[in-house]
Amino acid sequence: MKKTFSIGIGGAAGQGVATPGDIFAKIFSRRGLHLNAYNAYQSIIRGGHTFLTIRTGPEKVTNMGDRVDLLIPLNQDAMDRHLNLLTDGAACVYNSDTIKPGAAAKGVALCPLPVSKLADITRNKVAQNTLAVGAGLSMMGIGFQSLEEVLTEQFRKKGDAVIAENIGIARAGYDYATAHFKQFAWPLPMTETRYAVLSGNTAMAMGGAAAGVKFYCAYPMSPSTGVLHWMAAHARKAGIMVRQVEDEIGVVNMAIGAAHAGVRSMCATSGGGFALMSEGLGLSAMMETPVVVIDCQRAGPSTGVPTKTEQGDLWQMLGAGFGDYPRAIAAPLDIGDCFKIIPEIFNIADRFQCPGIVLCDLLLSEGRLSVDPKDLDFAPVVDRGELITTAASGPTGDGVYKRYKITESGISPRAVPGVPGHTHTAASDEHDEDGVLISDEFTNPTKRRAMMEKRMRKVVGIEAAVLPPVLWGPRDAKVTLIGWGSTNGVIEEACEILTEQGIATNQLQIRWLVPLHGDAILDILKGTQHTIIVENNYSGQFARYLRSETSFVPDGYIRKYDGEPFMPHHIVEAVKEQLSGNTKLSVPAHEILV
Amino acid sequence: MATALAATNHVAMADLKGKVDPDWCPGCGDFGVLAAVQKALVDLQIPNHNVVTISGIGCSSNFPGFINTYGMHTLHGRALAVATGVKLANHDLTVLVTGGDGDGFGIGGNHFMHSMRRNVDLLYIVMDNQIYGLTTGQTSPTSRLGMKTKSMPFGSIEAPVNPISLALAAGATFIARGYSAEQKHLTDLIKQGIQHKGFSFLDVFSPCVTYNHDNTYQWFRPRVKKLEDDPSYDSADWMAAMGKSLLWDEEIPIGKFFERTDVPTLHGAEPVLDAGPLIHADPRIPGDVTRAFVEELM
Repeated sequence: MKKTFSIGIGGAAGQGVATPGDIFAKIFSRRGLHLNAYNAYQSIIRGGHTFLTIRTGPEKVTNMGDRVDLLIPLNQDAMDRHLNLLTDGAACVYNSDTIKPGAAAKGVALCPLPVSKLADITRNKVAQNTLAVGAGLSMMGIGFQSLEEVLTEQFRKKGDAVIAENIGIARAGYDYATAHFKQFAWPLPMTETRYAVLSGNTAMAMGGAAAGVKFYCAYPMSPSTGVLHWMAAHARKAGIMVRQVEDEIGVVNMAIGAAHAGVRSMCATSGGGFALMSEGLGLSAMMETPVVVIDCQRAGPSTGVPTKTEQGDLWQMLGAGFGDYPRAIAAPLDIGDCFKIIPEIFNIADRFQCPGIVLCDLLLSEGRLSVDPKDLDFAPVVDRGELITTAASGPTGDGVYKRYKITESGISPRAVPGVPGHTHTAASDEHDEDGVLISDEFTNPTKRRAMMEKRMRKVVGIEAAVLPPVLWGPRDAKVTLIGWGSTNGVIEEACEILTEQGIATNQLQIRWLVPLHGDAILDILKGTQHTIIVENNYSGQFARYLRSETSFVPDGYIRKYDGEPFMPHHIVEAVKEQLSGNTKLSVPAHEILV
Repeated sequence: MATALAATNHVAMADLKGKVDPDWCPGCGDFGVLAAVQKALVDLQIPNHNVVTISGIGCSSNFPGFINTYGMHTLHGRALAVATGVKLANHDLTVLVTGGDGDGFGIGGNHFMHSMRRNVDLLYIVMDNQIYGLTTGQTSPTSRLGMKTKSMPFGSIEAPVNPISLALAAGATFIARGYSAEQKHLTDLIKQGIQHKGFSFLDVFSPCVTYNHDNTYQWFRPRVKKLEDDPSYDSADWMAAMGKSLLWDEEIPIGKFFERTDVPTLHGAEPVLDAGPLIHADPRIPGDVTRAFVEELM
């Protein structure tokens, strides 16, 4: 079992939950520790309740885990909601001036901080947060120096007096804890590696920059807005044109316009914005203009739960836009993969001149993960496909350029506006090889059929360009857990726990939803004993998709649609429940109430 | 760039003839708009490969197929959004947007408003026939109050939009109205619109001879009056333009209502484009820049 340590910080929005979280994250990543952070919050700017979990350890930490080792409640509400999460060996550090502890479980240390005695709370409103960070670090066995460095950076812009004041408060908390509280049984180790800590949104934006995106546009929508924020902040350095547009209909069409003129073009949204974009997806497919759209899923339908996660948009992506057309849909497996997947899907979109959809979700978009900087490759393979950007590069052959030339691959060389000798019209209407609208000539069933078949032949090429999924873990395992996208990390950990407990479990995680590689999946599943599909939605959207593509029906399902992500024990307990024959469908209850 | 090429390759009307002939109804006003656009491009000697003609959906939106430039026949109402993307990716291109009143003021109304305030450098020509033609005759946003159509058989009870006043309020920097039966005048407005740096809006009366029996050539002929015929009219005067835009029925002004040249274009205001069009930019970001991006996260 991996050794990890988790901190939970709870409070109202505006109370400064994020800052101690950022400080801990910096200190851990600089010690060479991995970390995973997830913030459960509400769609409210002040008040309400938020709960931030930071889990760290020397090995890769893929999810929020099952346990909280250190709880820092910033108000009574947070104490009341979360003290029950703590078990033997855990501790709760709290402001004893304002918060009354509840009944803690056996072996849980209650650590009251007399805040008004340790700091001047009339001067510093968030003194309790800084004291708690100092106290927590002392209990984890981490030297004060690292905190001093981070605080110095944090307050650099505010001047030496503010830096000194905050270091003083943190020191008071640190020393008080050293004198009064017991250290945790496991002092946090150090390693030589240094990690970058980033959100999925930052990763996808940077992945876009790496892929050579030159045009990015968006309309603000949680949880996708972080992509826009990174792009906007770095646009001038990266040479990217970033626009905020009037609505998502404008977004997708503007992105298509830029792509049509020849640059790599990307946009991001959530389910509601994507719904507005779906006609544009069809335009991209019909004009054969590649564009990449990111959908950061949140709990739906409609406005739904804007700040909560779900994997509920799969069928919207599969069916987006009317009519049949080739598309690629990829779901990143973790935050590092959010970066990598963007250049990959751009190469597919460019080569096959079709829309590419990245199916992310709030868990990855807004969660944070430590990533080895070596994995953030800003010089990935860039394949623009058959693109004509100068008159000389155009394969005119018979002297007449046909934008939608019928080819065996279905791919027709694409000339961008401005190239002499290649003028043509790209149309959303069905058209002939030379771009002339079929309806302008006469509606011609033979030509319509030929053009449909030309476009749809690209599906074969797309399938060949993407590797099929592979089974992770022993082939002869007793249980096979099947998931897609962001559940990768938590399923992986559930497999480890189950295997340690004597139930050998392996994992099939799907990254490319289209092309799915149904035959390869069936081959993999042929040898399995007990298959369970795990997903973050109500109706088993992936299970239904897999069945529609392969006729495969698993032995059971684990689903969660309460807005919160899976924790490893949810899956572990559900698997045991299903193996005992009690049920085929488990819906774990989320214990962290936010 | 456009002028350099023009010096060596003369642009003739024949170069601009589309692959197919227009399939508009005989007598449709759109023929006049097409001829005027082709004439304007010849007069300005802009090579056809440097022009992108972008439309939405509708009778008039079939326009790009009938002219030999680069063309995009996009979605109903979305031409301006697509055109903005094209212009920002390659601002060396001359961008023409063509469409109808339903496409531009109805389903595309949101993009119309925002494109004007952004001052995207393009010419937007609306072939305004005050009716939906391709869907066989329904009320459009510019159909007059009381007009009877298949969708409002007892007469429209909704006031029409006034495209000129709307454009003035939204901050368009070149605003004109043409009439497809006034070829020379229309060609001149198109040329001015192309040459204007910023958003040029040209509303053109383009009568629908099949479905609009109210606003016919006979109806327009005695009413249209050229602003250029009044030497005292000052097209730099926004208030005067707003006043003129409200005239209707007895006297309907055509011509250039308004122009200002002191507003930066969208592409001109963005320093990212200072080095030239994005289409020519190096896709790779320098290593020291990307290293700094990663360093921020450590």
